Amino acid sequence: MRLRRWLADRWVMGVAVLVLGYLTLPILVVAGLSFNRPSSRVSYDFNEFTLDNWARPCATADMCDAVVRSMEIGLIATVVSTVLGTLMAFALVRHGFRGRSGINGLIFLPMATPELVMGTSLLALFVAAGVPQGFWTIVIAHVMFCVSFVVVTVKARLAGMDRRLEEAAMDLYASEWQTFRRITLPLVLPGIVAAALLAFSLSFDDFIITNFNAGTTVTFPMYVWGAAQRGIPPQVNVIGTAMFGIALLLVGASSLRGRRARKAALAVIATPAGRP
Amino acid sequence: MTALAHVPTSAGSPAPPPARRGRNRLLPYLLLLPGAAWLLVFFALPLLQLAAASLYDPAGSLSTGYAMTWAVGNYPDALQAYWPQFLRSFLYSAIALVLALLMGYPLAYAIAQKAGRWKNLLLVAVVAPMFTSFLVRTLAWKTILSDNGAVVGLLRDVHLLGPDGRLLATPIAVVLGLTYNFLPFLVLPLYASLERLDPRLLEAASDLYASPLRAFARVTLPLSMPGLIAGTLLFFIPATGDYINAELLGTPNEYMIGNVIDSAFLVRLDYPQGAALSFLLMAAILVIVFAYLRRAGTEEVL
Repeated sequence: MRLRRWLADRWVMGVAVLVLGYLTLPILVVAGLSFNRPSSRVSYDFNEFTLDNWARPCATADMCDAVVRSMEIGLIATVVSTVLGTLMAFALVRHGFRGRSGINGLIFLPMATPELVMGTSLLALFVAAGVPQGFWTIVIAHVMFCVSFVVVTVKARLAGMDRRLEEAAMDLYASEWQTFRRITLPLVLPGIVAAALLAFSLSFDDFIITNFNAGTTVTFPMYVWGAAQRGIPPQVNVIGTAMFGIALLLVGASSLRGRRARKAALAVIATPAGRP
Repeated sequence: MTALAHVPTSAGSPAPPPARRGRNRLLPYLLLLPGAAWLLVFFALPLLQLAAASLYDPAGSLSTGYAMTWAVGNYPDALQAYWPQFLRSFLYSAIALVLALLMGYPLAYAIAQKAGRWKNLLLVAVVAPMFTSFLVRTLAWKTILSDNGAVVGLLRDVHLLGPDGRLLATPIAVVLGLTYNFLPFLVLPLYASLERLDPRLLEAASDLYASPLRAFARVTLPLSMPGLIAGTLLFFIPATGDYINAELLGTPNEYMIGNVIDSAFLVRLDYPQGAALSFLLMAAILVIVFAYLRRAGTEEVL
């Protein structure tokens, strides 16, 4: 019996490792291709090692313009959607109000609707209203689909928070504002940071909704889509690899910060001895 | 004692505190207003506009303008022209879903129950693909599945593929791409459910002479149902609407409904047809989503 369970454990772990390999392989290929000098513009095969792509990432100027534009759009969309979504999350977790199920539905539906439908319906609206498409219609679209993900992320953090910490602060004569500033905010901040990172990555990487609402504006995913027909410059893989590295660093940093913020909050309130 | 002390905080959302002042009763609405307004104007209203556009007179054009003629015939016309792509979308994403479940369930289970101190690292590895661009990593599959690549070479050597057999530009490549791209969305909610599974329940099942298979079917699987439902939806919805994989890894023979809608709106500029197809896609998906949600409940999936 024990032997069988030992085997069962290893079997599951073995499959898990294989699946992780399947998930990681393309990233390794992207990283490898960033050091590749392709034999022709339309070739996707490994050919020859080179550092040129990393030395001159902006050899194709269009591509770097597109990256910068994606970052601008991503930053604006992240700030707006994080503010809107965080406010909604506080209302949902901390307050009673009428129409809760309607609001829940409004937040849930964009996540359950195919991007294709959101993209085409916004296009239909902008065309019907005579709004010219470009930078700002992309921002509007990105805020729209990011808000729900921010709400869900911040809500999870808020709901999992120990209310006793705030009650303790109030018992110790902290004002409502002080409690919010010194206890609530530091504890929720990791959730808000995570939500902002999620919003930025969703915005930066969005293709389908952007494609319908971009007009002639070219974001990085739109550039790659267009280049896939003509031949991909190898620098695209440099951007892909750099994005991966930066995201990895941010995730590491934010998880460290989260741990520190929680410790700081616990230190502010002297937890009575004997309580867990 | 420790276990008891934690019960109230983990048991769902706490009861909302009583409103103390008039300001407090208004506060939730003020907090909700900007976000809700944005979603109403840029999510809900466009859907109405899309519905209207799907009933425009198909004889109109972008330059001459469209007349609203309640042309319900757009729907059967669009379906008749593009039912193969429609069917293919659901077929491909269903096959990809089955593959993803076969891969994702063991992975989520291993991370939740077996990984120990490696848990966080493995979770990062699951979401890692999302750290880089969707399109760039999909293009990486062109390299992996390339005719000159190791995978095709190996399959040819063991005669699973003929001497000229290909993977790229076939349905296999598209389904593999779909499976790969949306697998993390399936694994994460599943992991969240399985992490809460108390291993003592499995011990109890085995003490009561349940076989591992029976313990899985009667204990693990039912307890992971919320995560399984959420994960399935999070996988299936974007996979069905995706057309990037079909475009980059397939050929027009593998086109899904998204490719058709994209060209209706952006190439052929046939708005009524594109809108009708979008609406049909959403209706089909919503039917599936709500059938699922009847079993789970919105709050739980959220």
